[in-house]
Amino acid sequence: MKPFTYTRAKTPAEAAAAVASTPNAKFLAGGTNLLDLMKLEIETPAHLVDVQDLKLDRIEPTDDGGIRIGALVSNTALASDPRVRRDYGVLTRAIVAGASGQLRNKATTAGNLLQRTRCPYFYDTNQACNKRRPGSGCAAIGGYSRQLAVIGTSDACIATYPGDMAVAMRVLDATVETIDPAGQTRRIAFGDFHRLPGDSPHIDTNLKPGELITAVTLPKPLGGTHIYRKVRDRASYAFALVSVAAVIQRDGSGRAAIGGIAPRPWRDEAAEAAMPQGAKAVTDRLLAGARPTRDNAFKVPLVERTLAAAIHDAKTMTQTPGTQERGA
Amino acid sequence: MKFDTPAGTNPIDRMQVVGKPTDRIDGKYKTTGTAPYAYEQNRAAPNAAYGYVVGAGIAKGRIAGIDLSAAKAAPGVLAIVTADNAGKLTKGNFNTANLLGGPAIEHYHQAVAVVVAETFEQARAAAALVRIDYARTKGRFDLAAELDHAPLKGDDSGEGSKAPPVDRVGDFEKAFAAAPVTLDARYTTPDQSHAMMEPHASIAAWQGDELTIWTSNQMINWGKGDVARTLGIPKEKVRLISPYVGGGFGGKLFVRSDAIMAALGARAAGRPVKVALQRPLIANNTTHRPATIQRIRIGCQKDGRITAIAHESGSGDLPGGGPETAVSQTKLLYAGANRLTAMRLAVLDLPEGNAMRAPGEAPGLMALEIAMDEMAEKLGMDPVEFRIVNDTQVDPAKPERKFSQRNLVGCLRQGADRFGWSRRNPKPGTTRDGQWLVGMGVAAGFRNNMTMKSAARVGIDRKGVVTVATDMTDIGTGSYTIIAQTAAEMLGVPLDKVVVLLGDSSFPVSSGSGGQWGGNSSTAGVYAACAKLRETIAQKLGFNSADVTFEGGKVRAGNRSVSLAEAAGDAGLSAEEMMEYGDLAKKYQQSTFAGHFVEVGVDAWTGEVRVRRMLAVCAAGRILNPLTARSQVIGAMTMGVGAALMEELAVDKRFGFFVNHDLAGYEVPVHADIPHQEVVFLEEADPMSSPMKAKGVGELGLCGVGAAIANAIYNATGVRVRDYPITLDKHLEKLPHVA
Repeated sequence: MKPFTYTRAKTPAEAAAAVASTPNAKFLAGGTNLLDLMKLEIETPAHLVDVQDLKLDRIEPTDDGGIRIGALVSNTALASDPRVRRDYGVLTRAIVAGASGQLRNKATTAGNLLQRTRCPYFYDTNQACNKRRPGSGCAAIGGYSRQLAVIGTSDACIATYPGDMAVAMRVLDATVETIDPAGQTRRIAFGDFHRLPGDSPHIDTNLKPGELITAVTLPKPLGGTHIYRKVRDRASYAFALVSVAAVIQRDGSGRAAIGGIAPRPWRDEAAEAAMPQGAKAVTDRLLAGARPTRDNAFKVPLVERTLAAAIHDAKTMTQTPGTQERGA
Repeated sequence: MKFDTPAGTNPIDRMQVVGKPTDRIDGKYKTTGTAPYAYEQNRAAPNAAYGYVVGAGIAKGRIAGIDLSAAKAAPGVLAIVTADNAGKLTKGNFNTANLLGGPAIEHYHQAVAVVVAETFEQARAAAALVRIDYARTKGRFDLAAELDHAPLKGDDSGEGSKAPPVDRVGDFEKAFAAAPVTLDARYTTPDQSHAMMEPHASIAAWQGDELTIWTSNQMINWGKGDVARTLGIPKEKVRLISPYVGGGFGGKLFVRSDAIMAALGARAAGRPVKVALQRPLIANNTTHRPATIQRIRIGCQKDGRITAIAHESGSGDLPGGGPETAVSQTKLLYAGANRLTAMRLAVLDLPEGNAMRAPGEAPGLMALEIAMDEMAEKLGMDPVEFRIVNDTQVDPAKPERKFSQRNLVGCLRQGADRFGWSRRNPKPGTTRDGQWLVGMGVAAGFRNNMTMKSAARVGIDRKGVVTVATDMTDIGTGSYTIIAQTAAEMLGVPLDKVVVLLGDSSFPVSSGSGGQWGGNSSTAGVYAACAKLRETIAQKLGFNSADVTFEGGKVRAGNRSVSLAEAAGDAGLSAEEMMEYGDLAKKYQQSTFAGHFVEVGVDAWTGEVRVRRMLAVCAAGRILNPLTARSQVIGAMTMGVGAALMEELAVDKRFGFFVNHDLAGYEVPVHADIPHQEVVFLEEADPMSSPMKAKGVGELGLCGVGAAIANAIYNATGVRVRDYPITLDKHLEKLPHVA
């Protein structure tokens, strides 16, 4: 780990200004990803601005019938919030499908969105990685890529966004609220939050330098059946090979975002129109541009099968009263 | 004491302490954090500085230039040792590659430097400042490609599973060609990592020319020898101390770079140095279980009797390494007049392959026991019955040589009965439970029983407290406890009057822990020392040793009775003895047996496999402590789940390294993967093994588990996967149509 300086901010504006005014500074919240990466010298900030005192740890109703989740609400608190459990079940299920109890206690809502890829070549500093060292190349292309992305990739990077929570937020049409170093706030639609790698895979999001996430809002509840189906090699504590966050309505319409297959939670609203025709119809459109490797080609049929399972489960649950709480 | 005739009745047969389910006596120290592991020996080695190992960034080539200036100037740095200033080092007898590389690099993450600093963080930060220019050369990293031109090679795994390069009995080819029912199939097993919880760790301290290393090692005497050899110092100047080991699985049979880097760092820094290998180094810096490509051919008569069986295996290793002896069990497990086993060894420039829990048998049975399942199906036989029909009570190559004991049939029959095997639907892919395709599988478990000479010293003090000292290790297996039970039984004292001291090279040399020989062998050594002590006591008291009984803390002969405390007197009494073995193991084949039964569910949509029930019925001689033995077996069964379903070191064939080198990338089972596990030990006592009449169980529990799971998956899905691990991508698109 490189030596770094450390301060604690009192207000969001102060935090944003502190990061903007210090070269190579970063925000620190739960630290569950950043500190690990610093120990490996994959992240080498010169200065950390700790945001844990910003009092952004509440979940409040919004005027339009949704909720506002403070940036510092822990994953555990968010998943166990009664309103979230009742109205946004897919979010609770996604969160508890990820990490471990200890990590979820420490990890925050905003920090979770900013976790970096788990591509093994990103984690090994002997290997070329455009995400870690821009311009150095991508050792994952042509290498071991079973976990990596099949769509949204570029010739510079095939890394996957690893998280679960964000997949649910994407399907719920969440909005990310931020404040910039000048004190200006803005709202970013969730689909515009994470970037595709293109030729600059080292930039994961559309946040500007020093811009701080203050909250994530969810619009008013969608109703329907909420499913989060995470497919993995072991039953717990593993990243998704494929995950499906779906909200399916009684009439067979619905929406779905997919995790584990792309540099960001993958969703195509136009493809969702085919939901009543079934998983194949949705997947054919959703993954039309897929460019899998030999190692991860299985993810394409797996998306279809997992989505089919979600649709099937939703149907079963609506037909069987009292089974709404079933998680996958 | 020499064990060269079958054991008669002896004090262990009383089974008043031995054989009773006994909580581990070291448990309280481990659960209260008062059992110091190697890296925590701060009281024994105060003021230790921290060493951080730099691993090579290439797989093969040489260091063209190394710049230490920035690292040397970093805060807190005390010393940096590389091949340039380490002095002459000699490769250890048990190592295939050098533990300190440079200028030549033999494999990825081979240690090339250790940076010593005041704090761990300073050492780590400075290590990142070591600048190395490498000149890469072409390496051989693709097992399948290299096996095409690899020579035949025999080996003893080092853990006792021997196999010559080619072994023939009868005429395999002719019998196979004539057999009415045949199977010819290829199976693969991947490279696997021991992935033990405690990384390799050592603290080294020099006093003049004497070196003490607190380390985490399974084989103290091997380690002591190899430390001395590597550093070029006399063996008697080296002391190894390893009282607690947080998992080894074969990965700590040998001295590894943590110990040597700590010793070199301590010499350079002039004070004790501690080194733990950081997790990302475990996969590529240390050893692993080598991948195999196996071919099995079986020819049967229509009644299911095997007439021809061939098992060929190929694996790879660094130059000078050895093959994975995956064919060894096939020489002994089933009958059949015509047999062939053969091994090939390719030269690979991947990290060093070596023993991992049940080397040879573990990957060998993963293949053989699928083949048996496939053959049973071809024959239209129940797979349990097929195995029973082909049971043999003698070494098939030498029919005059019997097994000392062999109750595989009992394991299979009792297992089938307990597991509800009769409820298995023999038609695969047809049993459903909601979203789950459900299947049952069986496999035979087989692992040879090895005996190793082992010594101990046993003393009694004036309070009647018995102290056992031996360099035996407890790698989580329960050695402390069974050794205490043995001494308590032999000397007629309660367990709480026995103190056990282990893992110190200043103690008598034991069998060590490996190859599932430790339990039987080390307690037999303690038996020998206790027997000698009993004689010493009898002699001192003037008792006729033939009439003496030791019971309730007293020595009795006729109507005379003396307490042990009194017998020991103020000076105490002590005896040291070694148990050695004659040729009983040559006259009788000694092996351990199991029937493994598994039920799995396969998600009909996603292909995910989840194990639902597991049962192991074991026949492994006398069980010294059913509680710790059970723990060994369920731990091994868990490892079998990993091997079957998820564990694989992914090889980057371009750059020559295991890519998934941390515990996020190399998945081992978590609690949620492990269902109800049941273990049954058949009542046995094997008089050919030792006076303890015990055999090993720690590896038996793993042998066959992977195949039982594979066979259960096949029964569930109707899709036969012959390449481990059986991840969902290997059967996903062939699964039965989801209703």
